[in-house]
Amino acid sequence: MPTFGNAQLKLLEKLCNVIAVSGDEGEVRKIVLEEIKPYADEVKVDALGNVLASRQGRARSGKRTRVMLDAHMDEVGFMIVADDGEGVYRFETVGGIDARHLLGKQVYVGKERTPGVIGGKPIHLMDSGERLRKVPVDGLRIDLGLTGKAKVGDRGSFATKFRRVGPSILSKSIDDRIGVATLIELLKHAPANVDVCAAFTVQEEIGLRGAKVAAQYFNPDMAIAIDSTPANDLPSHEGNENIAYNTKLGLGPAIYIADGSTLHDPRLVRFLSEVGDAENIPYQFRQPGGGGTDSGAIQKALAGIPTVSVSVPHRYTHSPISISRVDDWKNTLALLHTALKKITPALLATR
Amino acid sequence: MTDILPFLKSIISISGVSGHEAPVAKLIAEKWRPLVDEVTTSRVGSLHGLKKGTGNGKRPSIMIATHMDAIGMMVSKVEDGFLHITNVGGIDVRVLPGAQVTVHANNGEELPGVIAMPSAKLLPESLTAGEVLDINYLLIDTGLTPREVEKKVRVGDLVSFANEPMELAGEIISGHTLDNRASVAALTVCLEELQGKSHVWDVWAVATVQEETSYLGAYTSAYDLRPQIAIAVDGTFAKGPGANGWQTHNMGKGIGLCMGPNMHPFVHKKLTELADKLEIPWFLDVTTAASGTDAYPMQVSAEGIPTALLEYPLRYMHTPVEMVSVKDIQRAGRLLAEFIASLEADFVEKIIWE
Repeated sequence: MPTFGNAQLKLLEKLCNVIAVSGDEGEVRKIVLEEIKPYADEVKVDALGNVLASRQGRARSGKRTRVMLDAHMDEVGFMIVADDGEGVYRFETVGGIDARHLLGKQVYVGKERTPGVIGGKPIHLMDSGERLRKVPVDGLRIDLGLTGKAKVGDRGSFATKFRRVGPSILSKSIDDRIGVATLIELLKHAPANVDVCAAFTVQEEIGLRGAKVAAQYFNPDMAIAIDSTPANDLPSHEGNENIAYNTKLGLGPAIYIADGSTLHDPRLVRFLSEVGDAENIPYQFRQPGGGGTDSGAIQKALAGIPTVSVSVPHRYTHSPISISRVDDWKNTLALLHTALKKITPALLATR
Repeated sequence: MTDILPFLKSIISISGVSGHEAPVAKLIAEKWRPLVDEVTTSRVGSLHGLKKGTGNGKRPSIMIATHMDAIGMMVSKVEDGFLHITNVGGIDVRVLPGAQVTVHANNGEELPGVIAMPSAKLLPESLTAGEVLDINYLLIDTGLTPREVEKKVRVGDLVSFANEPMELAGEIISGHTLDNRASVAALTVCLEELQGKSHVWDVWAVATVQEETSYLGAYTSAYDLRPQIAIAVDGTFAKGPGANGWQTHNMGKGIGLCMGPNMHPFVHKKLTELADKLEIPWFLDVTTAASGTDAYPMQVSAEGIPTALLEYPLRYMHTPVEMVSVKDIQRAGRLLAEFIASLEADFVEKIIWE
């Protein structure tokens, strides 16, 4: 059983604090390669930058199921698109960021993590209608200081530092560094009855691009995508019951049944919930609809691959500071590790 | 000139929301104590530092006002472990979603938190989706369980911005509450410069309270201290993204000396002449009526006080990423010190209206 303690949290902190925007995942790729090399039989970095690691199960008898486990290395962020002079740069978002999360935030830009801010016209200089008007991305600028330098094409992200607070993690990019950290642990403790194909993918946030080719490469019997999904479990402003929470913090890993990208394989959904019940590991079902994970691309690959997604819930998605519960992560790792041990060829025998 | 940046970073990293300035007042008092003869506190919490002049008998005095209070937020309701908030002073609500904050909890703890923008499905249908939400729709999440929050936090608890300051290229510092702790830093530079200078006049270095809400500190300290001249130091609008009108001025290229009905033209003129003489770069700022600074109440305190306004350009005013040039802060401090040193005993009699 994988341990869960300070070492795991330190690894997550390291992963969350680096910047790896879709298409520029190098900083995470470096950490992943360093962590998994001793545990994988084979490691390859493909044409898109996916890290594809295989580890055969050590069981000597019985047929082993070929299981692809997927987590995406990329985060949403920014790209510098023009130099306005005197340290001020135009930028665009990479992946879906609500523009209302941008104004008044600190950022780091480029390989050197040059500090900067996203500022705008002060309220004192506005006419009455303006103070509640959203400033769209093309009206915002990244300001690196009077002599600050960046290059067109540089990526950037929020300058948030990972923190532990009480039962929670406050950080950027919990989506999906928590999946990456989970996958690293699962690979390190891969059980004997399965061949693990670990796909640390790129460009999930801009169209599930890495997963598409990773699935092609591995051609597994089944796949589990490990991601992080929104918990919209705040109180409703008008006091009525919140029936659109998606997932809730504290209720454990979220098993997907249906999202915007796919209908997950019912056999795998049932299997995971049975493992949770048998082992007393808390879990929840993500409300159907919206969003998407790498499963959407994996399920369609080749002649089709039975897939399910499991996510650690987080609040405040694609924003400077997301919040997750440490226990939800611990239980996600426990559920997936235990599930791997219980996989047999019978699981996929009939639909 | 000593490096004022460490002090400035320390005073923007400690709380002092309008009405609750005691923490930052303590830090400023510690810094000023070795630089002045007496440090006292007004009846409503403003900090008064008196550096005595060398003149005989009853000396005239000059009051320099720099407000130490910060805009912030206050807990208005605790619900399911989340905090509803209202503003203290002029908050720009557009910057709130995703902002890093500290909740100054009633039980004495400083709780980290984030301002949450609830998803559209949790908000009234009448609101246009995707538009900026007013503060009453936002919530603060401290990452703690509802039970913990109930135990620690109470209605009325203060919330301040909590992002750490950043040093940027070109001797720039960015962070929250540079308005107006940068002025406190400038005044501190002035007091440090005065250590090596002789001056006839008494100097009252005043860190006022509640400028952002009611000018309480400036009204009451000016009345209490009854100076012969008052100078307010505050931020003005720097040119930058989204800000290019006549009210804006280049950052890092000099300080502002403001004229208008709120300022005494003679005092203003003397400041400009001295800046020219010392080759301290400055620009002319103008206001048509109220300056929006402590200069406004001080001018009409008691029987009226000849007042001036000295400014430093600041980008992104009232956001957590305000930006100033450290060079401008040093220039402001230097001009204040030189002006004070230049004041003759009979300066006030010499004031003329052309």
